[in-house]
This record gives sequence, C-alpha cells and structure tokens, in this order.
Amino acid sequence: MMAARFLRCSLPVLRQARCYADAPSGSAQMSFTFASPTQVYFKEASVKQVDVPTLTGAFGILPAHVPTLQVLRPGVVTVFNDDGSAAKFFVSSGSITVNADSSVQLLAEEAFPLDQLDVAVSTQHPLIDLFIISMATGGQLLSCRPQGG
Amino acid sequence: MILSIVLSYTYMTNTGQVRNMATLKDITIRLKSIKNIQKITKSMKMVAAAKYARAERQLKPARVYGNGAVALYEKAEIKAPEGVANKHLLIGVSSDRGLCGAVHSNVAKAIKAKIATLTGEGKEVMVVNVGDKLRNILQRTHSNYLLLSCKEVGRKPPTFTDASIVATELLNMGFEFDQGAVIYNRFRSVISYKTDEKPIFSIDTVANSENMGIYDDIDADVLRNYQEFALVNIIYFGLKESTTSEQSARMTAMDSASKNASEMIDKLTLTFNRTRQAVITKELIEIISGAAAL
Repeated sequence: MMAARFLRCSLPVLRQARCYADAPSGSAQMSFTFASPTQVYFKEASVKQVDVPTLTGAFGILPAHVPTLQVLRPGVVTVFNDDGSAAKFFVSSGSITVNADSSVQLLAEEAFPLDQLDVAVSTQHPLIDLFIISMATGGQLLSCRPQGG
Repeated sequence: MILSIVLSYTYMTNTGQVRNMATLKDITIRLKSIKNIQKITKSMKMVAAAKYARAERQLKPARVYGNGAVALYEKAEIKAPEGVANKHLLIGVSSDRGLCGAVHSNVAKAIKAKIATLTGEGKEVMVVNVGDKLRNILQRTHSNYLLLSCKEVGRKPPTFTDASIVATELLNMGFEFDQGAVIYNRFRSVISYKTDEKPIFSIDTVANSENMGIYDDIDADVLRNYQEFALVNIIYFGLKESTTSEQSARMTAMDSASKNASEMIDKLTLTFNRTRQAVITKELIEIISGAAAL
C-alpha cells in the first residue's frame, strides 16, 4: 500500500518536470509589425529588441517575451534591428500586443520617425509640443523653449 | 408577329409625312439625351477611377494595421460564451452615395440575414449603420433594431478620426453588447469585392476568455483602453475596405452604363438614318407619281 501511494506521488512529479522556470515556448524570432493607420514601418519583420513606453512603464521586448497587452503613452519607440542599428519613432498613443507565438503588433495612432520631427521649426504643432513634454518628463535632455510663454 | 409589325409600320407611313417628321424629331431628341447621359457616366467613371486609385493606395497600410488589430482575437481564439443570451452589436459599413452597383444592398442583405439567425436563437441584436444608404434600406423593415446612424460618409476618404468618432458615439450610447461584428465589403480586386465580417468583443468577454490567462500583467484599465482602441481600429479597417470596394464598384457600374449608352446610340443612329432615307424616298415617290399624274 505504501509502495502504491509512493508510485502515485511520483507520477505527478514526473509530469511537472519544469514548473518554476518553464522553458520559453515561443519561437526564437520575433515577428514584429509596427504600423499607424496611414503608414507601415515594419511588417512581420524580424528584429532583436523593441523598447516601448507604456502607461505602466517602459518595456523592452525581446523574442519570446511573455504574452501581454499594453497601451502606449506618448514617447519614443526604439527598434533594434538584427544588424544592430536602432531606429527611433515618436508615437502619440496606441497599443502593443505580444502573443504566445512571439509575434508583436505595435499599433500607433500617430507615429513618425524622429528625424522627420524638426523641433526648431514652429512648435505650434500639437504633436511636437507633446513630444517635447514627453521628452521632458521622460528625463531625456532636450534643449528647447518651454511652451505657453 | 414580326410580319404584323412590318404591316402596321407600312400602314403608319402611308398616313402621311407628318408622322415621319415627328418620328425623326423624336429620334433626334432621344439621341441627344442619351449622348448627354453617356458624357455624364463617362466623367463619373473617370472620377471614380481617380478616387479608387487613391483609396487602394491608402488601403495597403490600412490592411496591415487592421490585420494587426485583429491578431489578438485570432491568436488567443477569443470566443463569447456559448448558450448564454448574448447581446449582439452589428456595425454595417457603407456610404451615402449611390450608383455603385450592389454595394449597399449586399451589406444590408448580410445584416438582415444575421438579424434573422440571431433573433431566431433568442439573442438581442442592435445595428449601427455607417452610411445613409444603409439606413434607408434597413429603416423600412428593421427600424426597431437601429441604434445609431452615421451620415456624411463617402464624400471624402475616411480617416482614423472618423472611425474614432463612430466608436465614441457607439460607446456613449451605452448598449452593453457582449460580442458583435463589423460587416463591410472586403476589396478583392477591381472587379470583385466580397461582403465580409470581422468580430468585435466586449471587455468582459475578452477578460473572461479562457486563453487570456497567458497574457501577463493586465489590469482592467489597460484592458478597457486596449479594447476601445481595438474597436476604433476595426471600424477604421472596415471603412477603408468599404470605400475601396465602393469606388471600384462605381467605376464598373459607370463603365457598363457608358457602354450601354453607346450601344443605344449606335442603334438609334442606324434607325435615324433609315428613317431619314425612308422619308426622302417617300417624298421622291410622291413627286414622281404626282408628275406622272400630270
């Protein structure tokens, strides 16, 4: 009887060979889609890492990241390509989805590459004001005139 | 039957010249009006072609965007709980303008069919329509299902702002739906489009879905924002596909109208020439027979 109980106890242990640290089940590559309603920047591309600013904090997303849904906050998205180069985009708002199969969909309401934003130009554009504010609160140093006089 | 028509025609021509001159004038008036109509349909076709080219260009990024928006629902296989008396919301996407073939009636047919099946299963359904033409069709028979109606769609290409206005008004109406669908015309090619639907879910349905457990670190606020954004995305996607299908359908409709008009013009011109020759021949005969009588 004791042996039977022992056998019964051992079987579940075998099934739960991995419990605290499960091996990641996602694929080794991230399928990254980054789009705004009017333009597509990345479509199912394979990238190394994506840094996103969300309402709950800044995330760095690598392949096989745990699945999650997040809402973006105005800020800079940095995409690190496989060849090591980094591309920065300013996003106003949007959402990011990381699925179990390591696919990432970053949908931004408005997104622009940073080099398209000329801060020296008239800062009457609300998007650029937003950018300046987000840069200031994000702690990055940017020399510019404060808005609103 | 043809023989009797020929006999009656010859009888009519014998009743005098006045009849034929009137016939000639009638044919001339008809010819002129059909030529005008053909000019109009030709110009409408060119306008529709230009708008279609622009809409198709804007559809490419919108498609990637829309597919990204529904990716969550597909990958997580989110379904509303079966068997419960769900509340359904149908969003029909069309436009205000006509002369575009069967675009509006296809969406209306799909909505009516869905209403029939859902009410047959005892579920509550409400319909939001984007586009006046859709409202006109649905109001006749299903007016008590209409929740919200949007106008001024179709004049200018739809933007993300339009989609967000529709979504905001819809959410402000306070209809607590569990699941639903956006019904639109999916653009396949210049000559073909297909009525399709994309699912939408409420916040509770998504939160309680079985596969949502794998998604980490989600609180109610984030999920609500995410869902509202996803709703706008899906409506935007439907609007973009719908306009492209509509413009291509209008282009083909105006093209076939112009072709029909030119066919009619050819036939009428032949009839006109024949009538003219008949009149001349008759006059000649009268002159000759009159001279012979003298």
